Formats: sequence, C-alpha cells, structure tokens
Amino acid sequence: MPKLAGTLIVLLTFILLWQGFHLLVGASAIASPLQTLVKLGSLLGTAEFWENISETMRAFVAAFVLSLAGGIALGIVLGVRRLAGNVAEPILTTLYSIPKVVLYPLVLLCFGLGISAKIAFGVMHGLIPITLFSMNAIRQMKPVYRRTSQVMRLSPSQSAFTVILPAILPEIISGVRLGFSLTLLGVLIGEMFASQRGLGFLLTSAINLGHIDTIMAIALLLTVFAVTCNSLMMLFDRQLTHR
Amino acid sequence: MSEKWLRITIVTAMIALVELLCQTGVIPRMVMIAPSQMVVELAHILVSGQFSADIATTFTNIAISTVLSILLGFVAGLIIYSLPSLRDALEPLLASYYAVPTFVFYPVFITLFGVGSASIIAIAVLLAVVSMVTATLNGLDRIPRVLRKTGQIYRMSRVKTALLIELPATLPYLFTGVKLSVAYAFIGVIASEFILSGAGIGYAIAYAYNLFENGHMYALILLVLVTVTIVNTFLNMIDRRLQARRQR
Amino acid sequence: MSAAAAGAKVVTLMPQPAPVEAHATLRGVTRVFQLPKSTLHALGPIDLDLAKGEFFSVVGPSGCGKSTLLDILAGLSPPQSGTAHFEGKPVAGVPDGVGVVFQEDASFPWLNVRDNVAFGLRRAGVDPAEITRRVDYAVGFMGLKDFATSFPAQLSGGMRQRVCIARTLVLQPRLILLDEPFGALDQQTRLLMGDELLRLWRETSATVLLITHALDEAAMLSDRVGVMSTRPGTFIDFVETGWERDRDSRVVSTPHFGDITARLWEKLRVEAMKIMSSGKV
Repeated sequence: MPKLAGTLIVLLTFILLWQGFHLLVGASAIASPLQTLVKLGSLLGTAEFWENISETMRAFVAAFVLSLAGGIALGIVLGVRRLAGNVAEPILTTLYSIPKVVLYPLVLLCFGLGISAKIAFGVMHGLIPITLFSMNAIRQMKPVYRRTSQVMRLSPSQSAFTVILPAILPEIISGVRLGFSLTLLGVLIGEMFASQRGLGFLLTSAINLGHIDTIMAIALLLTVFAVTCNSLMMLFDRQLTHR
Repeated sequence: MSEKWLRITIVTAMIALVELLCQTGVIPRMVMIAPSQMVVELAHILVSGQFSADIATTFTNIAISTVLSILLGFVAGLIIYSLPSLRDALEPLLASYYAVPTFVFYPVFITLFGVGSASIIAIAVLLAVVSMVTATLNGLDRIPRVLRKTGQIYRMSRVKTALLIELPATLPYLFTGVKLSVAYAFIGVIASEFILSGAGIGYAIAYAYNLFENGHMYALILLVLVTVTIVNTFLNMIDRRLQARRQR
Repeated sequence: MSAAAAGAKVVTLMPQPAPVEAHATLRGVTRVFQLPKSTLHALGPIDLDLAKGEFFSVVGPSGCGKSTLLDILAGLSPPQSGTAHFEGKPVAGVPDGVGVVFQEDASFPWLNVRDNVAFGLRRAGVDPAEITRRVDYAVGFMGLKDFATSFPAQLSGGMRQRVCIARTLVLQPRLILLDEPFGALDQQTRLLMGDELLRLWRETSATVLLITHALDEAAMLSDRVGVMSTRPGTFIDFVETGWERDRDSRVVSTPHFGDITARLWEKLRVEAMKIMSSGKV
C-alpha cells in the first residue's frame, strides 16, 4: 500500500507542527505530543479513569444500538412506502440541520440528569442520518434487481433476504458509519453539558481546572477510538461488497 | 393531496397535538410550555430587545465562521486538487475527518484563546471547513474534460477558462459545500456557546435553563428552530436551481 | 447461406390467427397508463403469435411500448385488455419456463460469477450436484470459465451481460425474452454477442423474442422481424428473413441482408421521423 506512505508523512508533519506550536505558545496553553501521551498513559493507569470511560461507553453503546435498529427499520419503511418517504424526507433533513444542543434542556427536563438523558442525546444525533441513509439505500436500489427477482419467481422473503438486503447494504453501512460518529458526539456533548460522570464531564472539569494535558489526552483518546472504529467499518464495507 | 400539503398537514397536526397536551397539563409546565406560549414569549423578547446583543453575537459568529470556512475550504480544495500526491496522502484523512468528534477540541481552543468569539469561530470553522474542501474537490473532479477542451478550442486563456467555464460548471457542487458549511457553522457556534461561553443565543439558553426561566428558554429555542428552517429552505431553493444543471 | 440469398425477394407475412399451437400469443393487448392529467396509451392493440423455436425480433421507434410488450408477455405486468398466453395457458404472473434478459446490467455485484449464475437454481431448491453441472455448462458455454470467481465490478459491460444470459440459461427456459440486451455495448461487441445468442438459441431450441433498436441486429439474427409504429405501438409490418438455422454474423455481407434492412427501414423511417419532429427523442 504505497499510498499509505504519503498519509504517514502528513501525520508526521502534523505531529511536528503540533510540537512546534507547543514550543511557540508554551506548556500552559498547549501540551506537547509527548506530554499528552504521558498524561494519557498515566490516566489509563487509574481505575477512576476507566470508570469514566465505561460510563461513557455504556451510554454510547445503548444509544448506538437504538439508533441503528430504529434508523434502519424506519428508513426501510420510508424507502418502501414512496409517499411516506417523500413526505417525511424534508421534515427529517430540517430536523437534522437543527443544532440539537438547543433541545438538550428539553431532554433533561424529560429524562432527568441520569444516563437515560445521555442515551437520548446520542439517539437524537444518530437516528436521523441512519434513517435517511437507509431510506436512500432502498430508493437507490436498481429497479432491475426487483424485476430479476420477479422473473425468477422468488417468494417475498427470498427476495428481501437474498436480493434486496445485499443490494442496499453498502449504503446502509455508510449511514451506520456516520451514525456512529454522531451518536458518540451526542453522548459526549451531553456529558460536557450536564453530567457528573463520563469522559465529557472529565473534559469540562479539566477546562475549569486548566489542566491542558488532561484535556488533550482525552481528546487524543477519543480521536484514536473514533478513527479506528471508522476505519474498521470502512474495511468491513470493502470486504463485504467487493467493490 | 399533494405531498407538500400532506407534509404541512402532518406537521401542523403534530404541533396541535403538543399544544393540546401542554394545555391539558399532560405535559407539565415545568417540562415544556405550550407552543402558542412559546410564540408569545418569542414576540416579547424580540420586542423588548433583552437578548438582542446575544442574538447579534451569535449571528455574527455564524456569518464569520461560514465565510471563513467557505473561503479557506475553497482555497484549500484548489491547492489540494492541483497537487495530486498531496491529495492521495490526504484522502484517507479527509474520509475519516467526520468520524473524529471534532468538538472535543473546543476546550483546547478555550485554553488558547480564552472564552469568547475567537474560540467559538475556531471550532465552527474546524467543523465546517472540511465539507467545503470535499465539495470543492468533488466539483473540480466532475468538470467534464470536454468542457476544458472546448475552452482550448476557443483559444481562451487559463484564467478565462477558469472563470467562464470551470467555475460555472463547479457551482452546483460548490454550493453543496456552502450548504453544509452553513449548517456546521450553526451547529458549531450554538453548541459552543451552549457548553461554555459568556454571550450568544446558546449561552442564553443554557443560562435560562439553569435559572428555570422556561419562558425565555423556549422562546430562544424557537428562534433557533425558525431561523434554521428559514435559512435551510432558502438555501435549498437555490440548490434546486443549481442541481438542475448537473451532468447526469 | 439460404436459398433466399440467391436473389429471391423478401416475403412479407401479415399476422394470422394461431394455426398450429403457437408457443406464445398476444391477442388485442393494450396497455394504458393513468397519469394525473391525462391517459397515456402506451401500447396496442397488439396481435402476435410466436411459433415454437422461432427467433423473433421487435424493432420500433423510442417510446413505442416495446418494453411494455415484453413485460406483458413475461407476466411482469398485466395487459389492460386482451389476453396473453404461453404454452396454451393464460399468463398470470411470471410463468414457469420464461427467462428474461434486461437492458440494464442485472448482475448482482455482491456475488461472483459462479454464484450469480447459480442464484436462481439455489433459490428454486435444485439438487446441488445438478446445480454444479448446469452452472459449469453455462459458464463454459458463455465463455466465462476464466472469470468464474471474479466479481461483476471487475468485468466489462459485455461480460456482465454474458453473466446475466448465463444466469437465465441455467434455468432452461423455453421462451427467452431479451430487452435490448446489447444496447450498452459497442457495435463490434454487439455483433459477436449476436453470434453468441444464435449459438444459445440453437443449443437450447428455445423460442426467442429480442427487442432491439438496431435494424441490422434484427435483420441478422431473426427468422422474423416485427416493426412497430410510434406510441401507441402496434405492429405495422412483419418481415420474414428466411435465413438458415446455422447462420452467424457473416450474413451481413449478403445482398439479401441489405434487402431486409431496407425493407425494415422503409417502414421504420416514417415512424422514427415522427418522434424526431416531436422533439422528444
């Protein structure tokens, strides 16, 4: 994979710029790459940090599963029922572009300050893109596939599982990738705003205490986690669809 | 019934339902005030002007972020496009960019610039700029080679070809980037103001929430909802005109 | 070459009521679409008899309803009026023994060539040993043996159409319907694919109905060609070609081929010009 060499060079350049920037503005403003890694290492050594990670992950996993199941189901229904899909789509895209943070107070008032509020935030962010992508997946499916299954006289369930599902899977996976990132973001922002536990909360308290190395360590951890998961999903996509 | 009217009916029906649930107390006042009440409160605060400074701050931040993202994104896109090896190196990173919870870098900007417009604009631009870069690259890719050849046949200079042929051809795709930049600018600015700030609509909503001032809070939330819907509808109208030009 | 090539004139036949048991028939078939503000007469009335084992082509201007005709014959869509019969029974849904090759590439991108070809057989619950036998045969017959484990994304348009044809072939259809199967291919590939189609036809002894906009293709491949008018499409001419069964694309070099093509164009040109002047090509 020769192309990856170029990417590595870009990443290295970025790290060098980071170091340079650190030297420029000082350790109280930006932690150096090394300091960040060291801090992250020490944090990962504490039980307390892991408790916060698990808090965030529990909320995230629950929110993601809900967004996934709900989004795909809803998207398929809206894709199959053309009228419903056409009516719903502009409503969904408008809701999608609203800064969902402004609805957080409403969610907190409904769910209180516990984990269910966080899960609700996550679902708020992830459900709509997964729905839209799934709906689109059905709509974009080549009509000739359905006609082929008709000509082959497949039963409705055979048609659904052996033709339609594989045909729409790539598009659905794209939606799932996006939904993953957005659900994570929703949970984190929720924790930053109103929580006493979790990585988002650690970020907020680190801001208040001025612990820049903690801030950057957590940001680095989250970035690595998100990018790794995203890359895995992309790899899975490529394997599955042979394109 | 046409789709548009069906949609309007459904939305109206849902709002009416919420109104009913609020008026009858099924949804307690402490949780949410009735939609009609929200409209009244919004009218109040607009007339009284008590949040005018915050509103102005937010919209200014959004405008600056949008313009910066579009310009930076476009220029960066042009540069990346003209250096294919750079593009190859950056492509995997650009594809993964939106996987990163960019927002977690907001605290970093606060440490750098302090709490204020600078940090907010920085994070909003960080969110929005990549969508403009991707849209620019996409648009430049999609210029059919035959159009450039046409420019050559007409013996047009490089600059003229760029302005009179390439730019109009890319416009529909660039506009997709503009739309996304606006959307991300809105989200980035308001979310930042909400989490940690001293001014702006997002801050005002969080402040009202903490003081249990549901009236003001919902008025401002409604303001955001209405503004976003109007801006989106307007941008979509333009987008539809441009999309009709796209090569199929 | 056939006796007709010796200079005999082309014989034109008008449609007759089904004499001996026709393999498939359409009687008074029409198709009308209801649009919000008007009705669209897409097709008809159509009378057509396909003899068993015949190779029949349909040519006509754009929008004349050729594809709709195929849909009705295949049972994919019901006629507004009139009847469709296959092997003596009315067509209701897709009958057993009918295969269709579509204009668009219908190969499944998530399966390799072998799995694509085996797809219909597996769904029908055919014995695995039999599946292997038939798939091997079809893959070999269509010249896909070297690509058996490749995926459609790695193949050219022509190869993918061959996969679709192979997939139809394994189901051993008695009536094969093809809707402009070579439309997306270049002329030279089309001529060669035409030869493949003739080989297939002889090998399976199936009845073939081919829809094409290419006059030369129709003239070269068919026993009989039906010329359709503009919408609502009806048959305005039937042209017998009189070719021998073991023909191939080299018939294009005979004078008789020119006669047939001229005859087809004579009728078709008028119809095609109507489309051109209406601006809706």
